[in-house]
Amino acid sequence: MKLLRMLSLLLVILSLAACSAPELPQSTQPIDTGVDPDAWVTIPAGEFLYGQHEAETDVPYDYEIMVTHVTNAQYAAYLNQALADGTLKISGEQVVGYYPGDAFSGKKHEVEISAGDWPHYPVNAKGTRIQYSGGQFQPLPGYENHPAVMVSWFGALAYCQAQGGSLPTEIEWEKAARGTADNRAYPWGNFLERNQANYYSSSDIFEKVLGKGGDTTPVGFYNGQTFAGYATLDGASPYGLYDMAGNAWQWTAGITPGTHDRYLRGGSKLDYGYNLRLWTRNSVRPDYEGPSIGFRCARSGQGSTTE
Amino acid sequence: MQALSDRFSFLFRSTKGLVLTAIAAISLATAFFGMLSGPMEEFGIKAWMIKNLGLSLLPQEREGRIIILYHTIAMAVVAIETYLITAQVAIKKSQQAMINATITVGYLTSFIFGLIFAYFGHNYVFHGLFIAGQALIFFAGVLLTAALWPWGKAYRTHDPEKAHTRGGVDLERVAFFLMAAATLGSALFGAVPGSMFGNGFETFLAEDTIRQPEKTALDLAIIGHLHIMLTLIAVALTLIVGRWLDFKGKLHKWAMPLMIVGTLIITAGVWSVVPYEATAHIIINVGSFPVLIASALLVAFGWRKITRERLAELKITRPNFAQKLRALLHDPLRFGALWQMVYMNFVVTFVGIFMAIKLDEIIRMWPAREERVALTGHWHVLAGIIATIILLYYADLAGLKGRARQVFGWVVIFFSDLAFGAVAVFETKRLFVDEISQQPLVNTVILLADIGLASVLTALAALMVWRLIDLFKGRGRWKQELAETGLAASEEVNQ
Repeated sequence: MKLLRMLSLLLVILSLAACSAPELPQSTQPIDTGVDPDAWVTIPAGEFLYGQHEAETDVPYDYEIMVTHVTNAQYAAYLNQALADGTLKISGEQVVGYYPGDAFSGKKHEVEISAGDWPHYPVNAKGTRIQYSGGQFQPLPGYENHPAVMVSWFGALAYCQAQGGSLPTEIEWEKAARGTADNRAYPWGNFLERNQANYYSSSDIFEKVLGKGGDTTPVGFYNGQTFAGYATLDGASPYGLYDMAGNAWQWTAGITPGTHDRYLRGGSKLDYGYNLRLWTRNSVRPDYEGPSIGFRCARSGQGSTTE
Repeated sequence: MQALSDRFSFLFRSTKGLVLTAIAAISLATAFFGMLSGPMEEFGIKAWMIKNLGLSLLPQEREGRIIILYHTIAMAVVAIETYLITAQVAIKKSQQAMINATITVGYLTSFIFGLIFAYFGHNYVFHGLFIAGQALIFFAGVLLTAALWPWGKAYRTHDPEKAHTRGGVDLERVAFFLMAAATLGSALFGAVPGSMFGNGFETFLAEDTIRQPEKTALDLAIIGHLHIMLTLIAVALTLIVGRWLDFKGKLHKWAMPLMIVGTLIITAGVWSVVPYEATAHIIINVGSFPVLIASALLVAFGWRKITRERLAELKITRPNFAQKLRALLHDPLRFGALWQMVYMNFVVTFVGIFMAIKLDEIIRMWPAREERVALTGHWHVLAGIIATIILLYYADLAGLKGRARQVFGWVVIFFSDLAFGAVAVFETKRLFVDEISQQPLVNTVILLADIGLASVLTALAALMVWRLIDLFKGRGRWKQELAETGLAASEEVNQ
């Protein structure tokens, strides 16, 4: 009976603990990783092994892709510019912009993405690291070089188009992450060490704040250097791209046939390590804004809005 | 030498010994391979095992490894159910010996060589033996189905307490027979696309294809296969528990036709998934209903029987509600096996129905990986519940009595339900909490699930150690169990 009472008490305590919402940090430790978020690399034309089952795939053109995710600083600057020139506007609690729509065939589970204004970024919502105040968007202190998350697919595409590019196709994304040498599962090889990428329970310094699900890490954090006493391993891809495994999922141009979900690649801080394997797909509606979803852009590629 | 021979006979020829061996094999696999994921991975145990035990865990082969692990454990469960059926249902002694021997060699071959192939480097001889083992299991299934043929004159019954046709065909036997036949067909349903692996058909986990609107015929066959096999394992177990509790009377007469019809409809629905995917779901849902009703009738019968028997033991003729409740709960093994069937509805059936109804409105608003978590949790819980029912039955077979029976039974019920409930909350967490605020809830439910599973595994380990120690005794329980011909619950076994 005593044991039963103790167990019941433990359950009540745990249940109360489960209901308590964590305090979200309004700033974080600033870390300069030395990796330039404005840098792009050129991926040369040629074949590579695509997917888990190593399909030989040719990409017959050169293309450029960003070395890192788009950061909060970059995205905040873009939002301010786009609001000023009227490309985007604030409607209610959302930054919205025009999208010409997807072709719709009325299949089961198909969601209609019609022409019109679609959400790009939530204004001061829980999880955003860019605050809107006094008519300006501003990154939270310390989060300037973290990936911009909570950006919808529409918002990511519009940003990339403003840079003269688009979102990478899944093939472009994977080639940039994997290189051409072999069928590696991660950008650096076949084995995932805890201090090589930001994933669930990877024990990075940011997990001390928000627990195992952690927080985003600054772009290029896993570059072999030591930050705040935490030694990282180099997680760069063969082409020198950072965070192609973990930190924040990345929107791609790929659209799920028949449903209009958009494909995501790379895994995130909230996923177990196996989700960081390069061929792992995630997908969600293009208006979804998630705290573990970011993006990077490609140029001269074939990413399009009507794939 | 005689001592070894006797023990070998117990472990590989007697029903209780065979069940014990299979449970021990599953326990070892669970203990070993459980170290490769979840909290054990977070504690660094996986990394240690890879380094020190020579495991070969290429990330490209993860799905294949998991498929082989699921199959080896499922084969051992199928073997356990087969042993119980051949002991409970009237068949010839020679048939029982042949079926049990074939399936034992089959599942052990698959188990040993499949796991070595999957986790310790690819040796294709071992893969061949894994397949050969499964072929033997299939052949044992053919023998079992033939042995269960219900229309032979020898197995007709006119027992007024049992469901039968006017001509005396035993409807419970028909239910067993159809379940076995459906299992054979459903195994082929997976084996045909399985034989195409490596010939252009690529390994995949079904939960990774959920948002893929257009699936190939082979994809659909694999998805259908895994669903129907788990369903038929559950149907078989319900029938087995019915035999254990000597299910009979009016409820039996209602339940058996429902079980037969439901099994046929579900199987037909799943088999039609390849050509008629959209309508197949409706057929499957229709078929599930009579099976669930049949199970509910078994639960009603069983709980009433347990209560009445206990009240009679206590010589209470006019019990009040509290006395009835105490009588119902006095035997956690028999009560628990039925309770787990009821609890399954809360953590599996209702969750599944909710997800199906709210698919477009709620579930498909989440990222695919969130839906995947829900689906994976869903079927892990179902498989776990099946395992706990088998454990409770085995504890009864093993003769667990007194305080040990109470402690084992209640630990399995309470802590497994705690774990399954926690997993059900985890898999549907997005209904209660958004991603940015989820960590406290996740920490709590994962902790509860780990406490629950660890407690059940500890109880299982204690049971296994008890039986292991018993094997070293010259006149242990094993000796007595070896001498038994069938299972105590059934009086008409093995003509």
